[in-house]
Amino acid sequence: MTSPLISVKNLTLRFRTDEGLVTAVNDVSFDIAPGEVLGLVGESGSGKSVTAKALMMLNAENSVYDDNSQITLRLDDEEIDVLSLKRPRDQMVIRGGAISMIFQEPMASFAPAISIGDQMIEQLLIHSDMTPAQAKEVSIEMLERVGIPEPAHRFKQYAFEFSGGMRQRAMIAMALSTKPRLLIADEPTTALDVTIQAQVIELMKDLVDEFHMSILFITHDLGVIAQTADRVAVMYLGNLVETGTVRQVINTPAHPYTRGLLNSLPKLDDLDAPLTPVPGDIPSPLDRPSGCVFHTRCVETGGIAEKCRTQIPGYTTDSSNHQVACHLATQEDQS
Amino acid sequence: MSKDILIAARDLSVHFPLRGLVFGERPVVRACEGINIEIEKGSFFGLVGESGSGKTTLGRAMLKAAPISHGEIVYSDHEVTYDLASLKGPELKDYRKRSQLIFQDPYAALSPRMTVRDIIAEPLEVMGLTSSREETDARVREIAAKCRLNLEHLRRFPHAFSGGQRQRISIARALVSGPNFIVADESVAALDVSIQADVLNLLNSIQQESGITFLFISHDLSVIAHTCDFVAVMYLGQIVESAPTSKLFSETSHPYTKALLSAIPSLDPDDQHVAQKLEGEIPSPINPPPGCRFNTRCPHAQERCRTEVPEWREMSSRHHVACHFSEELA
Repeated sequence: MTSPLISVKNLTLRFRTDEGLVTAVNDVSFDIAPGEVLGLVGESGSGKSVTAKALMMLNAENSVYDDNSQITLRLDDEEIDVLSLKRPRDQMVIRGGAISMIFQEPMASFAPAISIGDQMIEQLLIHSDMTPAQAKEVSIEMLERVGIPEPAHRFKQYAFEFSGGMRQRAMIAMALSTKPRLLIADEPTTALDVTIQAQVIELMKDLVDEFHMSILFITHDLGVIAQTADRVAVMYLGNLVETGTVRQVINTPAHPYTRGLLNSLPKLDDLDAPLTPVPGDIPSPLDRPSGCVFHTRCVETGGIAEKCRTQIPGYTTDSSNHQVACHLATQEDQS
Repeated sequence: MSKDILIAARDLSVHFPLRGLVFGERPVVRACEGINIEIEKGSFFGLVGESGSGKTTLGRAMLKAAPISHGEIVYSDHEVTYDLASLKGPELKDYRKRSQLIFQDPYAALSPRMTVRDIIAEPLEVMGLTSSREETDARVREIAAKCRLNLEHLRRFPHAFSGGQRQRISIARALVSGPNFIVADESVAALDVSIQADVLNLLNSIQQESGITFLFISHDLSVIAHTCDFVAVMYLGQIVESAPTSKLFSETSHPYTKALLSAIPSLDPDDQHVAQKLEGEIPSPINPPPGCRFNTRCPHAQERCRTEVPEWREMSSRHHVACHFSEELA
């Protein structure tokens, strides 16, 4: 196995608020290999976006990283300790250089009063030594590559003149024009219609092949994950509860929460199957449950409920690197 | 027809004139054009389409909350029959009691300054449905219990609730006046999947218990498939196909419905089927394409589609489609 492009180890992130320290991400570790698409799934409030932003140090001023947290980015000839980059000048290598990000709401991600083209040129001038003329040429090429008709004309337009799907394409073109090694896509298709979503997903798959970059794909839609990701990590209330290949997680989910998510999805091939919601709501991060964070909503605890309330489950890993944090899984191993 | 129709639209159009003149004419947004639907009593009627297809406008027209430019909507329960286009005064007030709306965003739909009890009681007070405070309270409690809200919840303000709970409050508010007809406009779109299933189950059980007729608007065909017994597919202001749910999925006839179905990402990672890609995006409803409105994106479009408007015809019992070539494409 080649060494991973980025390794996250024991990432714990808290926010200082008026109500005290709020834990948003708790002891999360994962790797992304070069060319791999890692899907990060979870409900709103599970800490997906905060985890992703940590990779680029984009979290707000009031964030506190735990001392054990470590994020290592491996480029061709050097290892970068991401969390040690304090000055904006040093952070340029991760912000838009080696890592780019696409956000959920493409209208909010473009400056409304600067043309799309000028915004694309600006970042190329910062991250490469191109001349403005070269940057313009590259930008128009990228717009064409993502399927925007009349790119030279569109280049001069503003975000409001683009439709939703086109804005997301322009966003992708912009994120990819600096040739990043890792693309973070935070719910890139959630605001789009299904037909446009299908176009964007296909485009992203093509681009992964073409540029051989890694993607951290954040979404709450398991269908989108099944069609795009190589590996999946499931998050709940700041904890990683299960990781594995997309087939392992979707075909043989090991954590009750993953099973709950899958059961609550409407399935098209069996219209009469009942929808089983995960009972209750995600607890407030101010008031994290003791023991297993999922025990308040878990329906499968059975005879070991007491253990779930008091002990934090460790990770169990099977031979094919399918990891799960659940007491039930540990029990099965012993029996 | 012998079926018991609660509300029906016939040749309905909703147009919104824009400001300004183009070549001496005022441009018009044709949000809905030539819509024919019949919603049976006690059914769960699904309306699906992309953003900009006019589904919300149609839903609002059904509640007389959007202007009816042409055609008619007739509402008829066992007590009254109303022609919505000419409805006004006390009759309109009465129709407001019989029809209700559940909104998409439960964070925006509830006043942050009112307690949950006051939010649910407001329709009763505005419509004068109860005569005393005790009666109002009893009714609020009864409805709240149905939507799984307890007495403790009624004293709180909306900010203390999660998305799923807020949506249950919106549902309680819609139910409190005892309506016969509810339009649920994207009511689960803002919720997480785990919560979404809970709200869908709640709507289904309400419908089975009380026999309320629902018009369920959504962009998500898999959600529609699970909850509704009849589905209409909308594209650019027109209904392109409508059928009972199982039929729509087994005998899909319109190319747009097929594309929508194939665009839903499959949960099976080994499913190699490639989404039948639709090129481009939905055109502007100010200047819809001539002929079949879908011809600019349809993979099977021919000359005839660009000139001749397809007729709304019956393929089989209760299955209608507007496409010249649905037999050949089936």
